[in-house]
Amino acid sequence: MSTLRTALLNAALTVEEQKPWPRITVDADLWRQATLAIAAGNATLAHLWAEPRAMHMAVLDDDDGALTVLTLAVPDGSFPSVGLTHPPALRLERAIADLYGLVPVGLPDDRRWLDHGRWGVREPLGAATSVAADGDAYPFLAAEGPPLHQIAVGPVHAGIIEPGHFRFSANGEIIVRLEERLGYVHKGIEGLLAGTTLDEAARVVARVSGDSTVAWSFAFARAAEAALGVAVPQRAIWLRALMAELERLANHLGDIGGICNDAAFALMLAHCGMLREEVLRASKAAFGHRLMMDRIVPGGVAVDLHDASAIKAMARHIRERFPRLVELYDNTASLQNRTVTTGTLSADLARRFGAGGPVGRASGRAFDARKTPGYPPYGDLDFKLVTRQDGDVNARVWLRIGEVYESLELIEQILDRLPAGPIAHPVAAALSERRVPQAGGLANEPHDTSTEGLAMVESFRGDVLVWLRIDEDGRVLRGALRDPSVFQWPLLEAAIEGNIVADFPICNKSFNCSYSGSDL
Amino acid sequence: MRRMLLEGLFRRPVTEEAPAVADAELEELAARLGAVARARLGRSLSIREVDAGSCNGCELEIHALNNSYYDVERFGLRFVASPRHADVLMVTGPVTANMREGLERTYAATPAPKWVVAVGDCAAGCGVFRKSYATIGSVSAVLPVDLVIPGCPPEPIAMLKGLIGLIEASARG
Ligand code: SF4
Repeated sequence: MSTLRTALLNAALTVEEQKPWPRITVDADLWRQATLAIAAGNATLAHLWAEPRAMHMAVLDDDDGALTVLTLAVPDGSFPSVGLTHPPALRLERAIADLYGLVPVGLPDDRRWLDHGRWGVREPLGAATSVAADGDAYPFLAAEGPPLHQIAVGPVHAGIIEPGHFRFSANGEIIVRLEERLGYVHKGIEGLLAGTTLDEAARVVARVSGDSTVAWSFAFARAAEAALGVAVPQRAIWLRALMAELERLANHLGDIGGICNDAAFALMLAHCGMLREEVLRASKAAFGHRLMMDRIVPGGVAVDLHDASAIKAMARHIRERFPRLVELYDNTASLQNRTVTTGTLSADLARRFGAGGPVGRASGRAFDARKTPGYPPYGDLDFKLVTRQDGDVNARVWLRIGEVYESLELIEQILDRLPAGPIAHPVAAALSERRVPQAGGLANEPHDTSTEGLAMVESFRGDVLVWLRIDEDGRVLRGALRDPSVFQWPLLEAAIEGNIVADFPICNKSFNCSYSGSDL
Repeated sequence: MRRMLLEGLFRRPVTEEAPAVADAELEELAARLGAVARARLGRSLSIREVDAGSCNGCELEIHALNNSYYDVERFGLRFVASPRHADVLMVTGPVTANMREGLERTYAATPAPKWVVAVGDCAAGCGVFRKSYATIGSVSAVLPVDLVIPGCPPEPIAMLKGLIGLIEASARG
């Protein structure tokens, strides 16, 4: 346990019931101290979220991956800004100000982030005042001087991708500054979660970012199970990991092909695209849906695996074909010419922003939620944590190549050792157990029976985080979600600096951040 | 690389057979298209994809249309970069309030005759995002929709069927 965590736990005003990691209430002083400690690199900011009268900050202990949630009451609607000393919190705080109307005191950037003036309402999760929906002007950051010009791209892009706006300031071909403006696919997901049944909430969370639907459902289920104390059957646990690795495999194959295609090397996309299609077909044969949406549910999994032959055949075939694609990548100088030393992300920035997934690991941040904090069944499985130090597009390609092999390895191990037995533990049973009054308690005594759970799961893109507060009937009172993209998007701005405009697509693809996941 | 290209020449193609489209569905599409448009479009359609708020699941499957299994270009269907080159807008997602203007402007930039295909359950009926302050609704709440391809996300083969229906309809008469 890090010294920071020990200090926080000792200084806490109260310790709240939250599983499996504690949530502590703190005063503004301790909140500030924690912020400074994070800014100094003694821990990583994992998320920052709000309720109408409270702020929560999840802090990741870099030693063992344990999370601690700090809660600060904000009766007057303001709190000391975290972004003031720790820039990764900037957009989160701007979003909190938009949605709840809370004021981060000292926040250096007070422009609206998710609120584009189109909702017909301000602070929809706070005061919710009606306004006209005719759109706000957005002042972009300036980069001025005689040789500079601006290029505005989006929100509708020239490809089959999600919408967002990029404002480039360029000196000739060289990018001097990239500024992202996102929020176009904001669907109000946090608001949608409040007051729903567990089933409804699960369906919404499965659609936070379709490419990582399995990981999101996995994290949601784990958070709900932690809160309700539901024990998941072994077979379900292993099937979840199987789905998660199929999802990782499909996405990494798609990304490797996509990155090469952005260097105009279409052959790689064609071949990787075929392999990706094979993974999706095997997933459909095994679990009845190509992306395996809604297959992981609180309590277990929704479908059993009856026939693993399609997955086995797919894995065999990829093992045969993929090494030749890797060889092709390795031996094509014109392709490497585009990827090596392009879009370099420094190790320092990756660490400060807690960059998850291949983006972080290709820049030396050796973090994978499957290893730390870790969750079953990964402790029983043998796989390597792939890392690199060079941090360029090439490093991110090789990282994914390495992880394709690790996922194949995991899939084969899981199929070899898949335990028999039931695939779900009914959540309803756990709920009625909870309702039995505790010994010594008065039956009519009014008490807060809500319960909280927190979970972190490694998606193909990095760690996703889900926090839930659930009442005794199994209704979700509040939920907070954090996609890895939240901390990766700002890093793309840093990595692209000094590169040529024409290299933006390949850099962007090598990050492959989710718009939907970060806009929510 | 040469070895892979050579192999590609001799390997059996993986491409799927063209899916059949029922006659009644075709009639309906053809009727909606009108004779003038049919003459102009012929047997090829250029498609512009617009994500109006999707979770990106639908995009993944639209992407798959371009892989060797579905190979959408063999039917004269082509994804283009600009709405100014497009005959068809394939729109995904519940339309978010923040994307409404972007969608409307894309539609305005598309030359007539043009078609709108709503792809996915969100585009068709706003899906699980209906009750939000941040969503407008299904695509038809913003644009006239000619064809709906349901599913969450629709499988590529279902999309292919819908699009071939459009081509066939445009070639009739
Ligand atoms: S229909 Fe399904 S896959 Fe498509 S955008 Fe909606 S939730 Fe995502």
